[in-house]
Amino acid sequence: MAVTERTTLELPAAIAEPEPLGVFARPRAKRGWRAWVTTVDHKKIGIMYGAASLFFFLIGGIEALIIRSQLAVPNNDLISADAYNQLFTMHAVTMVFLFVMPLAAAFANYLIPLQIGARDVAFPRLNALSFWIFLAGGIFLNTSWFLGGGADCGWFCYVPNSTVTFSPSHGVDFFAIGLLITGTASLVSAINLAVTVLNMRAPGMTLMRMPVFTWMAFITQMLLVFAMPVITVALILLFFDRRFGTNFFDVSEGADPLLWQHLFWIFGHPEVYIIILPAFGVISEIIPTFSRKPLFGYNFMVFAGAAIGFMGWGVWAHHMFASGMGPLSVAAFSVSTMFIAVPTGIKIFNWLATLWGGRIRFTVPMMYAVAAVAMFTIGGLSGVSHSIAPADTQQTDTYYIVAHFHYVIFGGAVLSLFGALYFWWPKAFGYRLSEKLGKWNFWLTLIGFNLTFGPMHVLGLQGMSRRTWTYDRGIGFDGWNLVATVGAFVLALGVLLFLVNVAVSTARRKSQPPVGHDPWDARSLEWMVASPPPEYNFDPIPHVRARDDFWYRKYGEDEFGRAVRIAATDDVVQPGGDRHVHLPAPSYWPLVIALGMPIIGYGLIFNLWLVVPGLLLVVAGMYGWSIEPPDEPEHTGPAHQEAADQPDGPGDSGGAGDESGAAEVSSASGEEAPVG
Amino acid sequence: MAETATATVSSQAALGHEAGHDPHATRTGISNTKLAMWLFLASDCLLFGALISTFLIYEGRLPAGEIGKEIFDIPFTSVSSFVLLMSSLTMVLAVAAAHRGDARNTRLWLAATATLGSVFIGGQIYEFTVFYREGLGFTTSIFSSAFYTLTGFHGAHVTGGIVMLVSLIVLSLRGKLPMEKAETVEIVGLYWHFVDVVWIVIFAVVYLVP
Ligand code: HEM
Ligand SMILES: [Cu+2]
Repeated sequence: MAVTERTTLELPAAIAEPEPLGVFARPRAKRGWRAWVTTVDHKKIGIMYGAASLFFFLIGGIEALIIRSQLAVPNNDLISADAYNQLFTMHAVTMVFLFVMPLAAAFANYLIPLQIGARDVAFPRLNALSFWIFLAGGIFLNTSWFLGGGADCGWFCYVPNSTVTFSPSHGVDFFAIGLLITGTASLVSAINLAVTVLNMRAPGMTLMRMPVFTWMAFITQMLLVFAMPVITVALILLFFDRRFGTNFFDVSEGADPLLWQHLFWIFGHPEVYIIILPAFGVISEIIPTFSRKPLFGYNFMVFAGAAIGFMGWGVWAHHMFASGMGPLSVAAFSVSTMFIAVPTGIKIFNWLATLWGGRIRFTVPMMYAVAAVAMFTIGGLSGVSHSIAPADTQQTDTYYIVAHFHYVIFGGAVLSLFGALYFWWPKAFGYRLSEKLGKWNFWLTLIGFNLTFGPMHVLGLQGMSRRTWTYDRGIGFDGWNLVATVGAFVLALGVLLFLVNVAVSTARRKSQPPVGHDPWDARSLEWMVASPPPEYNFDPIPHVRARDDFWYRKYGEDEFGRAVRIAATDDVVQPGGDRHVHLPAPSYWPLVIALGMPIIGYGLIFNLWLVVPGLLLVVAGMYGWSIEPPDEPEHTGPAHQEAADQPDGPGDSGGAGDESGAAEVSSASGEEAPVG
Repeated sequence: MAETATATVSSQAALGHEAGHDPHATRTGISNTKLAMWLFLASDCLLFGALISTFLIYEGRLPAGEIGKEIFDIPFTSVSSFVLLMSSLTMVLAVAAAHRGDARNTRLWLAATATLGSVFIGGQIYEFTVFYREGLGFTTSIFSSAFYTLTGFHGAHVTGGIVMLVSLIVLSLRGKLPMEKAETVEIVGLYWHFVDVVWIVIFAVVYLVP
């Protein structure tokens, strides 16, 4: 049964091309680099986010390898202590703000509109803007290496270490301005994606039918909306202190150094969920697909995610047990922190239950997802041991902490994001990455990862403190440090194999059979469109009648509840084609605005006069943005209207949520016959 | 009128694009732009929340003998606060006029709002210069840094609002603000009211609470 018949999407000839206004005319490039730098298509922007974040991953990885080389043997002086400080700070900043977050943003950008059945995000140009601002900020941060050295205060940059007295180079200024720039990017994109999820869902796509990835990404965006302003304030105060001589963190003037810690961690703790929640979403997509079962406890998954999002705001001071804030606060934050383990545990058990009795296929994405659950569980357990304040006073600032957060961030988030790369690669590019190389990639990464970070638990409990530049021979640190360093190089080799895989698979793609729309026999809407999807995504907009709607278009259930084919995949996917759906035209103003921001940054650091051209660029960009021809599809014909919402379909438990969006646009044209 | 409505409904629902005209085309019933403004304001709440907390923590830690709150001129600031409050009223009138499709009055009330906002900013600049002459510079103490940063950020928000209001007036003069775009006026109004409310909080906790 062809549920999405294709009627004509050609527009009435009435669309008038907007008059070109010289520099304000909208660019029209469809191919080549111009198309990329001016694009407002969420899929291209997602791909650019991915490429940029992997590039920064390499930089952060090289930094990590230098750190580990320094620590390989006792009394090493490969690099100076000062360089070491800069390296671990920039390593962390790069990994957290320029790799993990943007890689998750890549998937959010790419997938959210596809998963909810929308043509694009709510504000396509703003979307391009946030990518370019992020890239500008990332490059800006890394230029600090050539302009007097990077930040050397650790990624949380505690005062007074980060004040001019103790960190006189410009590194911390780059840190502050760089994070303000990338923070702007995060805020813009968070608002954009949140509006997209709330407003742009296809008919029938209620909140409780949304794929879990979209749900987790949505919660992440909400966390960003509330967390970014807090770090913004902290960074601005720090910058004012350093460059303009204010006294926010000058203890001799009565200032309170804990203020920084509070502001930082009110942002910083939600930040760890900003990192991990998208990964939870990815796992929740991959595991059901390769177990050929619906996700166990969908409602619990969603509410646990939301609960983690809420509770994340009440526990920030568990990062400050050793700061002397007083026994009452310590006790309160200790207890509140332990509670967070509950929703997290729910998630883990639901994944296990999804696997239970499933017809499991161990493809590369699945291996990554399962490994991520396992590694995250190890990291989560050592996390619970930090929530116990007396234990934490022993563990804090030792390598035990370093082990803990790498198990969580690398083991949990990065592994699952690699699974996501393998999983959605065929969708985005139309060919598969080699499974064989992928398995090498996976095993080397997993083994190297455990070799690197496993021993750090031991080192930490033995008393090796975090941010140790070098250590003496014979105090028991030698052996495990060498193991960790060897592990780091194995890990690096594993990660390099990913790039090899991309290169090899790309070169081979012509000789391979096409992957088709739905290579994994998957469940959610993005698999219903062509691979790679056409610019307009859906043709026409689907009507969603159930959770995992795409799956239930392909499969029904027999009397034992087993899945049976009811339709061939080819009959339910949308093959795409050369259609003329009118979409917002490209624009180069986002790029212009983003270019201005680092110039302002350099100006604030080196010479205030430089702020002027930067500001001019930003203002000019905004002006151009606002007067460029809107080129918006005001005159679309009836072919684009949607039919009325369908009543609940199979497999849907009714679900709380949504309902507010019940008002649907009913179609006068009746172009799409109701399905069912 | 009816004609525009149908056209926008279909395009809004089917295509992701920027300006929302017909609220019913979205799933929440709130247009994209308005929802984005709400989210931005929610975010901004935390910005001011952090700045106000910083001020509150620091005003109590001012070493004895340094200039503190006694320097404030409450009657003066009350007047300029009142001016800002009145601008919320004129903003309401502007939005109402825009909804009626009364372009002339929309412009008039927008201009009145911008003027009142400018008077407030003028008052703030005047107040800052007086404080500065009395010895309270930006870097004098943790109190002064916190005070100027907080009120300065608010002033910057008001200034941004004035720029938006003036842009609306210019758009309207060029005939680009027809009735279906009354929502743009409404959204700028949201921002403006928010900035006013924040000022009431700042005025209360910074100036009035002893
Ligand atoms: C590629 C493999 C990685 C290796 C070998 C590695 C190694 C290290 C080492 C040895 C340190 C401790 C430096 C010190 O305290 O002296 C460190 C710190 C850190 N790493 Fe990694 N790391 C890797 C990947 C990552 C990833 C993927 C992330 C996050 C997304 C990350 C985030 C951090 C953070 C936040 C710190 C703390 C820095 C600080 O103390 O301020 N690392 N890393
Ligand atoms: Cu935390």
